Amino acid sequence: MDKLLLLGDEAIGQAAIDAGLSGVYAYPGTPSTEITEYIQKNKVAKEKGIHSEWAANEKTAMEAAIGMSYAGKRSMVCMKHVGLNVAADAFMNSAITGVNGGMLVVVADDPSMHSSQNEQDSRYFADFALIPILEPSNQQEAYDMIYDGFELSEKFNTPILVRITTRLAHSRAGILRKSPKEENKNSLPTNLKQFVLLPSIARKNYKVLIGNQVHFEKASEESTYNKYIDGKDKSLGIIAAGISYNYLLENYEDGNVPYPVVKIGQYPLPSDMIRKLYEECDEILILEDGYPFIENKMTGVLGDKKIKGRLTGDLPRDGELNPNHVAVALGLEKAKEDYVAEVIAPRPPALCPGCGHTDVFLALNEVMADYGPGRVFSDIGCYTLAALPPLNAINTCVDMGASIPMAKGAADAGMKHVVAFIGDSTFTHSGMTGLLDCVYEKTPITVIISDNDTTGMTGGQASHAEHVLHQICKGLGVEEEHIRSFIPLRKNHDEAVKILKEEIEYEGVSVIIPHRECVRTLERKNKMKIKAKKIN
Amino acid sequence: MKSDIILSGVGGQGILSIAATIGTAALQSGLYMKQSEVHGMSQRGGDVSSNMRISDKPIASDLIPKGKADVIISVEPMEALRYISYLKPDGWLITNSKPFNNIPNYPDIEEIYKEIKKVKNHIIVDADAIAKELKSIRSSNIVMLGAASPYIDMDYESFKKALKTIFGAKGQDIVDKNILALDKGREFTLSQK
Repeated sequence: MDKLLLLGDEAIGQAAIDAGLSGVYAYPGTPSTEITEYIQKNKVAKEKGIHSEWAANEKTAMEAAIGMSYAGKRSMVCMKHVGLNVAADAFMNSAITGVNGGMLVVVADDPSMHSSQNEQDSRYFADFALIPILEPSNQQEAYDMIYDGFELSEKFNTPILVRITTRLAHSRAGILRKSPKEENKNSLPTNLKQFVLLPSIARKNYKVLIGNQVHFEKASEESTYNKYIDGKDKSLGIIAAGISYNYLLENYEDGNVPYPVVKIGQYPLPSDMIRKLYEECDEILILEDGYPFIENKMTGVLGDKKIKGRLTGDLPRDGELNPNHVAVALGLEKAKEDYVAEVIAPRPPALCPGCGHTDVFLALNEVMADYGPGRVFSDIGCYTLAALPPLNAINTCVDMGASIPMAKGAADAGMKHVVAFIGDSTFTHSGMTGLLDCVYEKTPITVIISDNDTTGMTGGQASHAEHVLHQICKGLGVEEEHIRSFIPLRKNHDEAVKILKEEIEYEGVSVIIPHRECVRTLERKNKMKIKAKKIN
Repeated sequence: MKSDIILSGVGGQGILSIAATIGTAALQSGLYMKQSEVHGMSQRGGDVSSNMRISDKPIASDLIPKGKADVIISVEPMEALRYISYLKPDGWLITNSKPFNNIPNYPDIEEIYKEIKKVKNHIIVDADAIAKELKSIRSSNIVMLGAASPYIDMDYESFKKALKTIFGAKGQDIVDKNILALDKGREFTLSQK
């Protein structure tokens, strides 16, 4: 079979299809989005009817994946690292239920926060849930791990977390496929109470999970993804996890590392392998992208002078690793700052020319000038860029859906004329329950749901909010006369200002829904129309 | 052989079309490749870059180490300078001369050219003008690839073959235009020697 040129994310999508996947569940989030998009566009996946529609959020995605596993089929749920926080309740408990059909939880971490609000390391989550982790070092391994991962999940009756990082997700390489497998047939769990987490049952399941730890570790010792690679020079031993293994190889001609290396791709950590390295070598250097997870496990509270890594300053404590960091830690080169000529100006991302959000903010800025600064609570999406000049329009961005409850909290604290600014897709992801809290207490708050008919920031995926926002707000109990709308265009500026002003003055819950399609998705649709015309 | 190439520009300028052409050429030539891209937030008009690595041996890192890039191809002059620490001392900097001005504090363009000229091996090419002359303004990125091609350690014909693969579905006319753009870019650089 020919090699396919695929992004790490796409390799994961292809592997899942080849491994007999029956459904992928996800909410878009950089750098994980392209996994689901690949399956959505894949011809074979379409023919087989593999489920690939977006979910409302990561929690519903995880729960649906657990349901598919219950029904005996192989399911995969994909998200960015912070998405796992949203899905955490379902995720933690899926470790207690175990699986029927194999279930993989693919989480894409974003060290260096290229497109995120933190760089949390998902390995801690899997450790917390007591389940195995697969962490590929390259795109081919990502394919292989997903392909084999379902079987591993079924064998050990456990969900498995597959941890990737931005660099692996968004880098292309040639991928060799394996032969496609059939999907599982529907089947009920052997024990029909397996998924009933009543305390009496959960206690039993939890003991089973604890008992399984030894099997998980044995699997790690025997895994082809964990390797002890001997080296002549025992003055140093290296533990390299995931993608950091490549940065190690990069520093030696043809990848010939003179030191013994333990390459880690499967967790729990293979302690025999690590102990052997520790005993044979004078010092240990730990390479891992993200938090010092392995280093922490090995040094604990008491520390160990023999062990070097991100905690000891031999590698940077935060941010994505690269070959140069590793070279410095190995003493192969000295750390240097990048040379950036003085003449270069920073070029931060910005809202697109013609974006509807901009028109909303221009009106909002004019209105808020009368009330004073610091009152606009915002959220996660393209519109977060309005925190930067020239708009300087928003004051907060914490997590998906936080705008509304944060504005409520500020209103509860006595702050007047508070505004929540949220996008349509973020609203249906996690904004609705916050709005219900406001309605329940008649909180004086104005919620702007800037509706562009899409999940824009991640590249224009379908939004669950399309055509239903008004209905949702009405259903949650917002008074009909305080659900307002306008078309955010420069020519409607005065109307927008008037509506905003009226509703901000109203001492109750108002929702304003400015509605104009994202310029990017519109552009794409128009291109497709032209294309369709040419074909006809 | 080995060619480590950094592509740079502004989100939306389409540096990935250059990457796709080099990548396709590499794969069709049976070479190893890794290409790291930028997705997500930065694509909204911010500075973007891509690390492109081609080799006849397996490639370890997705990222090019500092001071090791053979070539920087930039479709925007200020962005040509942002990754200069990654260029090896005798590496080549190939940049479009036409600024993309979407920020309020864009520096004096002459100052930028001055800084580019400090790089030992540099080519400044007005790719937009060349593309315009060919009545194919959208192939300015392929002009840039042509201009860089003498410094990429790959068979020149393989790029043409890749363009045929990529643009084939759009018709012979588009293929020809892009191949012409590639040739014109290459001619410009060769005429500078």
